[in-house]
Amino acid sequence: MLQFRNLIKASIKSILKNRMRSLLTSLGIIIGVGAVIVMVAIGEGASERIKNNIASLGTDLLMIRSGASRFGGVSRGVGSAVGFTFKDVDEIKERATTLKAISPLVRSAGQVIGGGNNWNTSIEGVNTDYQYIKSWEIGAGEFFTERDVRGRRKVCVLGHTVAKELFPNSNPIGERIRIRNTPFQVIGVLKEKGQSGMGQDQDDVILAPATTVLYRLKGGIYVDMIFVSAISTDKIYEAEQELTTVLREIRDVKPGDDDDFSIRNQAEITEMASSTTEVLTLLLGSIAAVSLLVGGIGIMNIMLVSVTERTREIGIRLSIGARERDILTQFLTESVLLSAIGGIIGILLAFLITYLLQTFTTLSTVIKLDIILIAFSFAAAVGIFFGFYPARKAAKLNPIEALRYE
Amino acid sequence: MNKIIETKQLTKTFYLGDIAVHALRGIDLSVEPGELVAIMGSSGSGKSTLMNLLGCLDQPTSGDYFLDGINVNSLKKDEYAEIRNHKIGFVFQGFNLLPRTSALENVELPLFYDRTLRIKNPKQAAIDALARVSLAERMDHEPNQLSGGEQQRVAIARALVNQPAIILADEPTGNLDSRTSVDVISVFQELNDQGITIVMVTHEPDLIPYAKRVIEMRDGIIRNDYLVEKRRRAKEDLAEMATLQEEV
Ligand SMILES: Nc1ncnc2c1ncn2[C@@H]1O[C@H](COP(=O)(O)OP(=O)(O)OP(=O)(O)O)[C@@H](O)[C@H]1O
Ligand SMILES: [Mg+2]
Repeated sequence: MLQFRNLIKASIKSILKNRMRSLLTSLGIIIGVGAVIVMVAIGEGASERIKNNIASLGTDLLMIRSGASRFGGVSRGVGSAVGFTFKDVDEIKERATTLKAISPLVRSAGQVIGGGNNWNTSIEGVNTDYQYIKSWEIGAGEFFTERDVRGRRKVCVLGHTVAKELFPNSNPIGERIRIRNTPFQVIGVLKEKGQSGMGQDQDDVILAPATTVLYRLKGGIYVDMIFVSAISTDKIYEAEQELTTVLREIRDVKPGDDDDFSIRNQAEITEMASSTTEVLTLLLGSIAAVSLLVGGIGIMNIMLVSVTERTREIGIRLSIGARERDILTQFLTESVLLSAIGGIIGILLAFLITYLLQTFTTLSTVIKLDIILIAFSFAAAVGIFFGFYPARKAAKLNPIEALRYE
Repeated sequence: MNKIIETKQLTKTFYLGDIAVHALRGIDLSVEPGELVAIMGSSGSGKSTLMNLLGCLDQPTSGDYFLDGINVNSLKKDEYAEIRNHKIGFVFQGFNLLPRTSALENVELPLFYDRTLRIKNPKQAAIDALARVSLAERMDHEPNQLSGGEQQRVAIARALVNQPAIILADEPTGNLDSRTSVDVISVFQELNDQGITIVMVTHEPDLIPYAKRVIEMRDGIIRNDYLVEKRRRAKEDLAEMATLQEEV
């Protein structure tokens, strides 16, 4: 026990003797451990947020797209995917019995000028049901009506962010704005929703009648997507079934042929999103792990230099009765101590960085105990693994040759 | 009488590629307690090789070596280390102190590797050893703050601290001027007076009168082995040198 205490004391002394070099050696480990923890914390933060959003969004939502391709994937077969029109939307509404709400989505984006400011944002052309489907609440003014949609009226509802950017000090209701040079009248402002699970600002949006956006802004005849709500959460599967039947009829899909559209429910979407963040977490984590490995190689490098440099010292120790084992443990203790100290500093650094990220950016982070333990043990293991070879090299030195070493 | 060192036909051959260098060709040597032996001989005659064998830093090619009654040749590596730690105090030409480490810690170092813990208070033992070489008041100094002679005294204290059976010194005055050499020899003489057995290698004929016995080596064998007749006291000579210097 006394021996062990002496060993630790001697190692600390030798580390302190070369303060600068010790710090540089540990730097690889510090950065490695810090990076692993921060990266995984960011990934965990993102997926945590997505999970929270599942609960808040409700699960009665279905999204329909033309084309048989995966959501978000590359669409196969160019000609096969005829888009949906407003007529399709009406027809679905008429036939389906399991739906509570349905809205097309026509997406556009561009510069908006108003109140003497301009802002780049996305414009979503929708109908009145959309407010319910996405649980948007009106903060001021009102949402547009069926009549506005039918009449292709140039009215719009601003998201909280857009309202703030264009009219920081005044009431936007009733004001005129220009969306990509087309004048619109602001009739309402949405209540603030905050960030989505993916870290996007959900309030950075303008809602306008789908017809207006399609015909006056975007052009063409197809909508991008159709959003529906099932009559209740537990009817979501039936709704999906019914929609499939109806859509196949509408689109004349022959029996045996594949659907030329796809329906996704909220669960699938969030699952996809969180699996993306899981991949992200894994990716970030493994990049960081590589840096930890590089840090370990740095330790080995310095320990090898140190062994060469201290050949004489090793010779002296051997000549006064140190056993191979003593030299081995001494150098091993040093490298493990170096990496352990580096690991601890790395952990502290990670806490600092995540704190800064949390306070000064929109990223949310979650540090889990297990990742700290994993990163730290990995660092210590790196110390043992990469310290062993130099330590063994030191222990195997011949005392006479070591003493003669200049 | 119990011999401290006894070698029987000790040989050592180095191989440099195909060439065999016969550094030692059969050494029969015995040293008894209380001796102060000086080994002389031209460069390359095998003095250091012999000292390394006696100091258990190296193993002989053939022959037997008994140290304090133990047949060293039959020992394992770790036991070798233990012998070095318990039985031998080695003093080198180049001092070989740990840099940036205080004199006290340097002297304590052998006790650090003594697993028997037979010396109860290592720090006190180290201070005592430094006192025996008259350096107790410099124990906090690091090697680069000490003169060559002082560094060699620290090295001697380190060799002493384990209460070894014998002190082996390979050209301990090789890096020192003649006055400091006599100074170091006076330390050896004092320790020898206290009963410590010492074997040292030296190149300087001037130092012969301070030893009790001289061994001359040539080409890896002992050529001559005799007792010193006109012995001198290093301490007296030092005092004389001091008064001479004052007169000048
Ligand atoms: N490790 C070694 N490998 C090969 N040859 C060696 C080795 N060590 C010593 N020798 C050879 O053995 C012979 C004796 O060397 P040793 O060092 O014992 O001489 P020495 O008497 O101490 O000389 P010096 O007075 O110069 O120190 C020399 O010829 C030397 O070249
Ligand atoms: Mg020599």
